[in-house]
Amino acid sequence: MTPVRVSVIGAIASIVLVLVVLELIRGRRLKERYALLWLATGVVLLVLSVWRDGLNTIAGWLGVTSYPPAVLFAVATLFILLVLLHYSTVISKLTDENVDLAQRIALLEERVSRIRTRAD
Amino acid sequence: MTGLPTGSTKRLVAIVPAWNESGAIGEVVDEIRDYDPAVDVVVIDDASTDDTAEVAELRGATVLRLPFNIGIGGAVQTGFRFALDEGYDAAVRLDGDGQHAASEIPKLLGPIEAGEADLVIGSRFVDPGGTYRPPFARRIGIGVFARLVSLLGGQRVTDTTSGFVALDRAGIELFAAEFPHDYPEVEATLVALRSGLRVTQVQVDMRERTTGSSSITFVRSLYYIVKVMLSLLVASLRRYPRLQGARQ
Repeated sequence: MTPVRVSVIGAIASIVLVLVVLELIRGRRLKERYALLWLATGVVLLVLSVWRDGLNTIAGWLGVTSYPPAVLFAVATLFILLVLLHYSTVISKLTDENVDLAQRIALLEERVSRIRTRAD
Repeated sequence: MTGLPTGSTKRLVAIVPAWNESGAIGEVVDEIRDYDPAVDVVVIDDASTDDTAEVAELRGATVLRLPFNIGIGGAVQTGFRFALDEGYDAAVRLDGDGQHAASEIPKLLGPIEAGEADLVIGSRFVDPGGTYRPPFARRIGIGVFARLVSLLGGQRVTDTTSGFVALDRAGIELFAAEFPHDYPEVEATLVALRSGLRVTQVQVDMRERTTGSSSITFVRSLYYIVKVMLSLLVASLRRYPRLQGARQ
């Protein structure tokens, strides 16, 4: 069985995570689209912490017999991997957009200076 | 973004990427203009910290100034986008360090003017009697990449790391839209083959660098090899729109 203390600490940590994410959104320091995965992480961990029978059942399915809270770690790790992978795709997109913008600036500046020279 | 053609006679543009090449860029520009004054020389300054842009401009080149360093592939692509916007019929790409001799440009342009190719690669290894003998490790790397690209692209190429290439309008259009951003040459060759461009290669000699050092240091070579291998693998799984050669 999952020790009660683990469930309580897990629940508190999940609630803190959700609250911090919500506060970051409220303060416009985090965009909703990048917060959704974090909120999902918090909610799933909260559910698994509070719903003790559920955690034990899932642990049973996965063959984790000696220490059910290990499933909490596994789920948390999975979500963190998802968030990081998502960010890698976001960074890649930003990089491409940055390069495109830099190229456009270089092309436009040259064009502007050519038009200026012609106008003089 | 399509620009008006700059004039009816200026159909060839020389694209020269440069990063901190103030020691060599002046001669590179002079050499191209001496070879053929009708060629427009475009230097892409990849946010140099020296006066590369000023030197190139003083020698009569058009300079595209990138606001920050985006790497060789992105810089070269800026040149292709310029060529596309300004309506050039053909482009030749040379490095800004002086290793590509302007006197070799006619060899590269030959197959394009004859309407036989969309992309001409200046290869150091077509002719076994070529003078260029790279260090052992680099020779192995060049050979492996060439075989891999030949295999995946379905056509034998001998020098996929060459930055000395010429393109017709179809080639300019492809590379303006699709060009890898770092260590671009190998993957670009495969992209061209898979897009259906007519690719051919001609023997050219290249000079030793006059100043500066190759951007590929020993420490970076491992990243280089892994990155290029991954790009090739992914590029061969990706679908590219089949282009028709300009004169097919």
